[in-house]
Amino acid sequence: MLGTVLATALILSSACASPGSGDDERRSGLRIAAASSLSGVFDELARAFESDHPGIPIEPIIYEGSPTLAAQIRDGRRIDVIASADEASLTAISAQLDGEPVAFATNGLVIAVPAGNPAGIRTLADLADDELTVVLCAASVPCGASARALLRSADLSIVAASEEQNVKAVVAKIQAGEADAGIVYATDVIASAGALEGIAVEGSDEARTTYPIATLTGAGNPSAARAFVSWIRSPTAREILARAGFGAP
Amino acid sequence: MIGGTRPASVGAIPRAVLVPALAGLSLLLLPVVGLLSRADWSRVPGAITSPEAASALALSLQTATAATAVCVILGVPLAAVIARSRPSIAGLLRALVTLPLVMPPLVGGIALLALLGRNGLIGGALDLAFGIRIPFTTSAVVIAQAFVALPFLVIAVEGALRTAGTSLEAVAATLGARPWTVFLRITLPSIAPGLLAGTVLCFARALGEFGATALFAGNAAGVTRTMPLAIYTAFNGAGVSQDSAIALSLLLIVVAIAMLLLLRSWRSERAG
Repeated sequence: MLGTVLATALILSSACASPGSGDDERRSGLRIAAASSLSGVFDELARAFESDHPGIPIEPIIYEGSPTLAAQIRDGRRIDVIASADEASLTAISAQLDGEPVAFATNGLVIAVPAGNPAGIRTLADLADDELTVVLCAASVPCGASARALLRSADLSIVAASEEQNVKAVVAKIQAGEADAGIVYATDVIASAGALEGIAVEGSDEARTTYPIATLTGAGNPSAARAFVSWIRSPTAREILARAGFGAP
Repeated sequence: MIGGTRPASVGAIPRAVLVPALAGLSLLLLPVVGLLSRADWSRVPGAITSPEAASALALSLQTATAATAVCVILGVPLAAVIARSRPSIAGLLRALVTLPLVMPPLVGGIALLALLGRNGLIGGALDLAFGIRIPFTTSAVVIAQAFVALPFLVIAVEGALRTAGTSLEAVAATLGARPWTVFLRITLPSIAPGLLAGTVLCFARALGEFGATALFAGNAAGVTRTMPLAIYTAFNGAGVSQDSAIALSLLLIVVAIAMLLLLRSWRSERAG
């Protein structure tokens, strides 16, 4: 605590706040950033990886919307591995990628409603009801882009009561009872442990999300980073992903 | 009260104090310099005149004005009550009023949801009885802004009231003025500078409000997406939209500076 205060004061008074001369640099474990929709499952993956690779500790996973993670990396946040929910976010930081991204999981969209489905929603078209409070991801984040593609292909337009910056914020608004429904990933419904109910959407197979993973240049730990990226396609990792509801690429 | 020996001039401050002072000033100003350096000036005009920016700015100005009006209507009487209470009660009231100031705005947003949300303490009843739902509406934005901005107004006005004292009011009362007349003709004019400063602070705080709004009011274009939320949304998008986040930030800074300049010119007019 005192150390942080002193370090901050030192950085400011010496005016040499170069990127990375903060907390990030002291850490030695593998730094992994993952899309918001991977929350939870990556904690589990990290624990399994650590027990398979005792010499490689993993720092607490950083979860954010994929474009936000890409922006942070571009602005100098030191990350060894990024798992994104879209290709666009990785394309935006292609200069910092170490090799080509590889797909490791897929996910599909569902309509999420509170357990018991109080509003009696059955289809995507039911969401167009003005009486319903529907929350979506913003179009700029992967879950929002996919949801809009899905609505477009069904020829529906929905006025969202709120456009959230990541899928977990949509989940939270439905779970808190503030929204009647939202479009989220099938895995989010599984992760909600019964608080949410998922309603399958026709045509959602065409709008499936593929998750690419990549190591970053300037990774403090390039060999560990590569080890994680190849391990995530191992049977052990596949099984953990499948249990959380993620499909194989 | 501190009995006062003050240094005769600024030169009396130890030289070494200048180092942290300059570092402090840099901490405040250099980020703005950074923002200016990051701006893609060829894109700025397009970004700040886009329909999205115009809608967010209009919504911000409307909601901040409404929230400021709410704060003045509720805050001046509250400040008057605090200023004229017994010290023990005033101290307690002051602490309660300061609470939203020390509370992170996100916590304020959760608290507002817990009170006015659909499953909230009052919100649930409002929904059942009248079908009124506050979250995700422009009213929710105004409520969130008023919640975070009200303490600024109350503290400024209360300070002004205590400084002004009660002697003039007492004289007016002995001359037969009714309480309302005293309040409107004596009290309010005597605290005008404090009230104005408090109002501007309150407006600025409402204009910048983000955390409570994001949680309680949500983020929908034209309804609840004020400038700070538009900036956040643009920043979270990939690629070009980051430039517009910077352009929108500059626009918000310009609006805030314009407010301060207005205040200064108004004050110096009065003083001169």
